[in-house]
Amino acid sequence: MTVRILRTLLLLPVFGLLSGCNMVLMRPSGDIAMRQRDLILASTGLMLLIIIPVILVTLFFAWHYRQSNKEAAYEPDWHHSTHLEVLIWSAPLVIVIALGALTWISTHTLDPYRPLSRLDASRPLPKDVKPLVIEVVALDWKWLFFYPDQGIATVNEIAAPVDVPITFKITAATVMNSFFIPALAGQIYAMPGMETKLHAVINKPGTFEGMSANYSGSGFSRMNFRFVGLDQAGFDEWVAKAKAANKPLSRDAYLELERPSEREPVTFFSSVAPGLYGQVLNMCAVPGKMCMHEMMAIDAKGGAGKDSHANRARLEYDNRYAERGDEGNAATVGGSGRSSHSPEQPQGMKPKSIAPEVKPHSGADHSGHDHSGHATGDATPAAPAGDGTKSDGTKSDGPAGADPVAPGQLNK
Amino acid sequence: MFSNPDLQKLLFGRLTLDAVPLHEPILLITFAMVGLGGLAVLGGLTYFRLWGPLWRDWFTSVDHKKIGIMYIVLALVMLLRGFADALMMRAQQAMAFGPNEGYLPPHHYDQIFTAHGVIMIFFVAMPLVTGLMNFVVPLQIGARDVAFPFLNNFSFWMTVAGAVTVMASLFVGEFARTGWLAYPPLSGPAMSPGVGVDYYIWALQIAGIGTLLSGINLIATIVKMRAPGMGMMRMPIFTWTALCTNILIVAAFPILTAVLAMLSLDRYVGTHFFSNDLGGNPMMYVNLIWIWGHPEVYILILPAFGVFSEITATFSRKRLFGYASMVYATVVITILSYLVWLHHFFTMGSGASVNSFFGITTMIISIPTGAKIFNWLFTMYKGRIDFDVPMLWTVGFMVTFTVGGMTGVLLAVPPADFVLHNSLFLIAHFHNVIIGGVLFGMLAGITYWFPKAFGYKLDAFWGKMSFWFWLTGFWFAFMPLYILGLMGVTRRVQHFDDPSLQIWFVIAAFGAFLILLGIASFIVTLVVSFLKREELRDLTGDPWNGRTLEWATSSPPPDYNFAFTPVVHDHDAWWDMKKRGYVRPVSGFSKIHMPRGTATGLILGMISIVFSFAMIWYIWWLAALTFAALVVVTIGHTFNYARDFYIHADEVVRTENARTALLAERV
Amino acid sequence: MAAHSTAALTADDFKGPGDTPVFVDTHGKHHPEGGTMLGFWLYLMSDCLIFAALFAVYAVLGRNYAAGPSPKDLFDLKLVALNTSMLLFSSITYGFAMLEMEKEKRGRMQLWLAVTGLFGLCFIGLELYEFQHLIHEGATPQRSAFLSAFFTLVGTHGLHVSLGIVWLVILMVQVQMRGLGDENKRRLMCLSMFWHFLDVVWIGVFTFVYLMGVL
Repeated sequence: MTVRILRTLLLLPVFGLLSGCNMVLMRPSGDIAMRQRDLILASTGLMLLIIIPVILVTLFFAWHYRQSNKEAAYEPDWHHSTHLEVLIWSAPLVIVIALGALTWISTHTLDPYRPLSRLDASRPLPKDVKPLVIEVVALDWKWLFFYPDQGIATVNEIAAPVDVPITFKITAATVMNSFFIPALAGQIYAMPGMETKLHAVINKPGTFEGMSANYSGSGFSRMNFRFVGLDQAGFDEWVAKAKAANKPLSRDAYLELERPSEREPVTFFSSVAPGLYGQVLNMCAVPGKMCMHEMMAIDAKGGAGKDSHANRARLEYDNRYAERGDEGNAATVGGSGRSSHSPEQPQGMKPKSIAPEVKPHSGADHSGHDHSGHATGDATPAAPAGDGTKSDGTKSDGPAGADPVAPGQLNK
Repeated sequence: MFSNPDLQKLLFGRLTLDAVPLHEPILLITFAMVGLGGLAVLGGLTYFRLWGPLWRDWFTSVDHKKIGIMYIVLALVMLLRGFADALMMRAQQAMAFGPNEGYLPPHHYDQIFTAHGVIMIFFVAMPLVTGLMNFVVPLQIGARDVAFPFLNNFSFWMTVAGAVTVMASLFVGEFARTGWLAYPPLSGPAMSPGVGVDYYIWALQIAGIGTLLSGINLIATIVKMRAPGMGMMRMPIFTWTALCTNILIVAAFPILTAVLAMLSLDRYVGTHFFSNDLGGNPMMYVNLIWIWGHPEVYILILPAFGVFSEITATFSRKRLFGYASMVYATVVITILSYLVWLHHFFTMGSGASVNSFFGITTMIISIPTGAKIFNWLFTMYKGRIDFDVPMLWTVGFMVTFTVGGMTGVLLAVPPADFVLHNSLFLIAHFHNVIIGGVLFGMLAGITYWFPKAFGYKLDAFWGKMSFWFWLTGFWFAFMPLYILGLMGVTRRVQHFDDPSLQIWFVIAAFGAFLILLGIASFIVTLVVSFLKREELRDLTGDPWNGRTLEWATSSPPPDYNFAFTPVVHDHDAWWDMKKRGYVRPVSGFSKIHMPRGTATGLILGMISIVFSFAMIWYIWWLAALTFAALVVVTIGHTFNYARDFYIHADEVVRTENARTALLAERV
Repeated sequence: MAAHSTAALTADDFKGPGDTPVFVDTHGKHHPEGGTMLGFWLYLMSDCLIFAALFAVYAVLGRNYAAGPSPKDLFDLKLVALNTSMLLFSSITYGFAMLEMEKEKRGRMQLWLAVTGLFGLCFIGLELYEFQHLIHEGATPQRSAFLSAFFTLVGTHGLHVSLGIVWLVILMVQVQMRGLGDENKRRLMCLSMFWHFLDVVWIGVFTFVYLMGVL
C-alpha cells in the first residue's frame, strides 16, 4: 500500500519531466523487472524521507545563519546535545532497518536462481506449467541462444511466449559479459566455464532490446540482440521458421561462429549438434579437449599423478584465438599487429565495419566488398538481402542491435 | 631498423617504430605541445637560474610541506590529462548515433575510458589526498616533520614514476583497453596481448609502493609525533580522518600489490591464477581487486570529510558539533569499509543470502555517514557563516553528496542493482560521490590551506567562478546519466543506435564543458592570485581565524614549523590558545634538529620508470640493469648515516624576529 | 634517547606558575619518540597481508590440479621438514645474536649473525633444489592453478628470505664499519622482527601447504 502511494507520488513529477524519453526500467514489460522497479521506487521513497529534509535544512541553515544576518542566534561554544546526537544516529538507523528488511526479503524473492512463483502481481503461476529453457552463450561479440526443448538455436534474437516462465542458463565463451534485457529482468554475468541462471517472464508482447552490459573488448558496443515476446501461436510460428532455416549448428559451424565478429545478423539454426551447449560450457567444443567436468572429477579424486603431461594440452583453452590467428579482444600494440593508435580496425570488426554504406534493407551486394585477407570474413554467415529478418512480423519499437547499420565514415 | 631481427629483439624487445603513433594528429599535437611546454619550462628555469633552488628546495627536499605541495601539483597536472579523456568520451558519446560512428573507433575509445578511470583515481584523487595530508597533518599535530622524511620523498617520486609510466603509454605504444580494474580473462595474456595492460600493471604497482609507504609514514607520524597534551580525542578531525585513511591504505594496498603481481605472473610467466583454463579462477581477481577497491573509495572520501569538518567549524565561527560522534563515525566507516566489497558484483550470481548480507552492510555505512552530515549541519546551526570559497564548496558538497549517497544506497539493494549495475546510473552515482565528495573536498582544502602554504590567499572572485562552474557543470553532466541509466543504457559503449538518447548525451557534454570552465577558472585563480599576491598577503599566519595548530605558525611556515613545540589543551588547540590569552614567545630560541634532504628518492623513482618501461617492452637486458641499479642505490643509501642536521639557533632567531617584526607592523 | 622517550608528555607536564596554562614547550622538554619500530611493524603487517592474499589464493586454487599432479604426488615431507628446521634454527641463532648485541659483544654477535645467514642460505638452497626437482618432473608453475599458487606462495617467502640474507650481510658490514651505535642497533632490531616474521609465515606455509596437502 505504502509502496503504491510512494510510487504514485514519485511517478507524477518524474514522468511529467521526462515524458518523451523511454525509461525502460520505469516501464518494464516483465514481472521481475516490474518488481525491481517497485523496489527502486520504494527504496528511493524511504530514503527521500530523510534526504529531502536534510537538503532543505542545509540550505536553510546556510542562508539563515549567514554572517550578515545579525538577527540569527549565535552560540559559538555550543557543540553538544545528547538529544540531537541520539536523533542523528537513530534517524538513519531507522531508515536502514526498514531498508535492510526490504533488502533481505526482496533479495530472496527476486533471486535470479529462484524459480518464479507468479506470473504477475495478480496472477499466480498456473499449475504444472513447464518453463521455457533457453541456454545463452555470450560469444565475441554476439549472442548464441539454444532452445534445447525445441532443438533450435539462434544468433542475436530470442523469442518467448508471453506469460510463460523462462529459465535462462547463461555462460560465455571467452571473457565475461553480462546478459541484460532491461524490459524483462535484471542482468546477470555470463562467465566462461561457469553457468549462471535467470528466471523471468514476459507479460507483454513486443520487441525489446537486449545487450551485454559488461565490457568485453572491441565489438562490445554492438553486442546487442533482440528479445521478442509473442503469443503462443506466434512463438510456435517463430520456432517453425527457425526449423525451416535448414541450417544445422554443428560443432564445426559453432567453432566458426565463435570467432570474433560484430554486428552479426540474426541467424536461425534448424538443429543443434547434441550436447553442444554442455561442451561450450565445459570449454571442450574443440575436438580432443578435455571437458571441465571431467577435469574436476579427476581433481576431486586427487589429480592424475605425475605422468599426466598430455592432459595439459587437452585443457588449454585460452590460447585458441592465438592458435587460429584471431586477435585477442583487447589487444594493444605489441600484440595486435597494428601500429600504435592506428585507424585500422581490430580484427573481429573488420568485415562489416569497414564495408562501405550498407543500408539495412537495400540488398546491397556484400560479397563485392568482402575484405578478404582477414579470416573472419569467411566466418560471417552470408547476409544477403532480406536478412534484416523482420519477417516474423513483429514491430521493432526500438533499435534492434542485430540490424547491420551502415557504419559509414569510420575510416575516412 | 636493423637487418638482424634477433639483434633488434635483443636490444629493443618488442619496441619498434610502429609503437610511436606518428600518423595520429591528435597525439602528435599533444606531444608537440607537451614538448614545447616542457622546453619553455626548462628554458625558463635556466633563464631565471632556478635549477639550483628547484633541485635543493623541492626535488630533493624531505620537508613534508614541500612534498605535499609537489603531490598536489602532480595531481593538478594529471587532472588535465584525465579530464581531457573525459571530454573526448563525452564528445564521442554525444555524436556517435546511428550512421555516425563518432571520431573515436572502439579500440581508441576503450583506451580512453580505461585511462580516464586509472588516472583520475590513482594519479589525481590519490595524490590530492596524500598531498593534503602530508602538508597539513604534521602542522596540525605540532610536529616538525613526518616520522620518516626520506621515505616521504621516495613515496612521492614513486607516485611520479607511476604517473610518468601512464603518460608514456600515450606516446609510445598504447594503454590498456580493459576498463580501470582490468578484469581477467579480458586482461589476461590471451585476450589482451600487447603492452596496454603491462603499462597498467607497472604504473599501478610502482605508484602503489609509494602510496603504501606514505601510509605507513603518516600513521607513525600521527601515533608517535603529536604535540604534548594532544591525546587521541584531542586530535583535529582532519588528523583523525587522515589516520583512518592511512590505516586503510596500509590494510588495503598490499592486496592490490598481490593481485597485480599475480596478474603479471599470468601475463609474463604463464601461470594460471586468473585464466579460464587449467584450474584458474577469474572471479577470484574480481573479489581480490574489490577487497582493495572498496576501501580505496573510503581512502579518498575520509580526508575529504575531514576537510569539511575543519572548514565548517572555522567558517561557522563555531565549535564543531559532536566531535566525539564524528570520530566514532570515522572509525566505524573505516571498519565497515572492509565488509562491503561484494556489492560491486552482486550480478556474479552469489546466493541471495550472501548478496543481502553485503547489501545490508553497505547500507549500515550510510548511518555514520549520515551522522557526519548532521554534525556539519548542526555546526552551521547557530553559527555565523562566512561564505568564503571553502565554505561554498562545503555547502555544495553537502547537497550534492547527499544525493550521491542516496543513489549509492539504492545500488546496495541487490535486486535494484541487477537492473542498475554497469549502467550509466552507476557511473552517475560514483561521479556524484567522487566529484561531489572527494574533488569538492580537495578543492575546498586547497583553497583553505593555500594561504598557509604560500603566504597569500586565493582570489575569491575566480574561486567563486570555479565553484559555480564545477557545481552546475557537475549537475548538467551527470543528471542526464542518471536518466540514461533508467533508460537501460549501459557504460563503456562507444556507439548507440537509438537517436532518442542523443539529447541526454549532448546535455552531459555541455555539463563537461562547464566543468572545463570550472577547471580553467581554477587555473585563472592561481594566476590572478599570484599576480595580486601582495594584496592578498597573509601576514598573521591565521587568515581565516582558524581553530587548529597549523594556524599558530607563520604563513608559509618556517622549515621547522614551530620554533617551540605547542602544548595542547583542547582539540581546537589554536582557538583555545587565542581565547586564553596566548602570547607568542619572542626570545629563548635554540637550535632545531631537522632531517637532511637527499636525492636518493628522486634517483630511485627515475630508475623505476626505466625499469618499468623495460619490463613493458620486454627489453630484458635493460630491466636487469635497472633492477640491479635499484638494488645498488638502495644499499648505497643505507650507508649514509648523516641524515640530519641542526638549524642553527641564530637562524631560528633571525626567522622568528622577522615574524615578530611583521606581526608588530600589522598592529 | 632512552631517558625521555619512555612516556609521552601530557599537558599536565607543562604547568606554569599558578593556574596560567602553558601553551608552548619553551624548555625543549618534548622529544617525540622514534617511530621506526612502529613503522617497521606496520610494514610487516602490510607484508603479512600480501601473504594473507597469497594464502587465500592458495586456499581457493590449491585443489585445482588440472588433471595433473597433486601435493601427494609431489611433496617430499622429509626434505621440507629439514628445510623447516633450517629456518627455525636460523631464528634461534638470530636470537643469540640479539642477546650478544644487548651485551655489546660485537664479535660474538657477528658470529651468530653469520651462522644465521648460513642457515638461511641452506634454506634457500634446499628450496631451490625442491623447485628444480618439481620443474624437472613437469610440475611447473604453468601446469595448473594449484602449482601456480604453490610456487608463488612459497617463492614469495623464499624471495623474502633471500632479501633478508642480503640485508643481513649489509648489516654485518655496517656493524663492522661503524660499530654498535643506536642506529645500527635499531636496524638489527628491524631485521630481527623481519626474520622472525618470515619464520612465522613459514610455519603457516609448512602446515597449510605441505602438511595438509600430504596428510
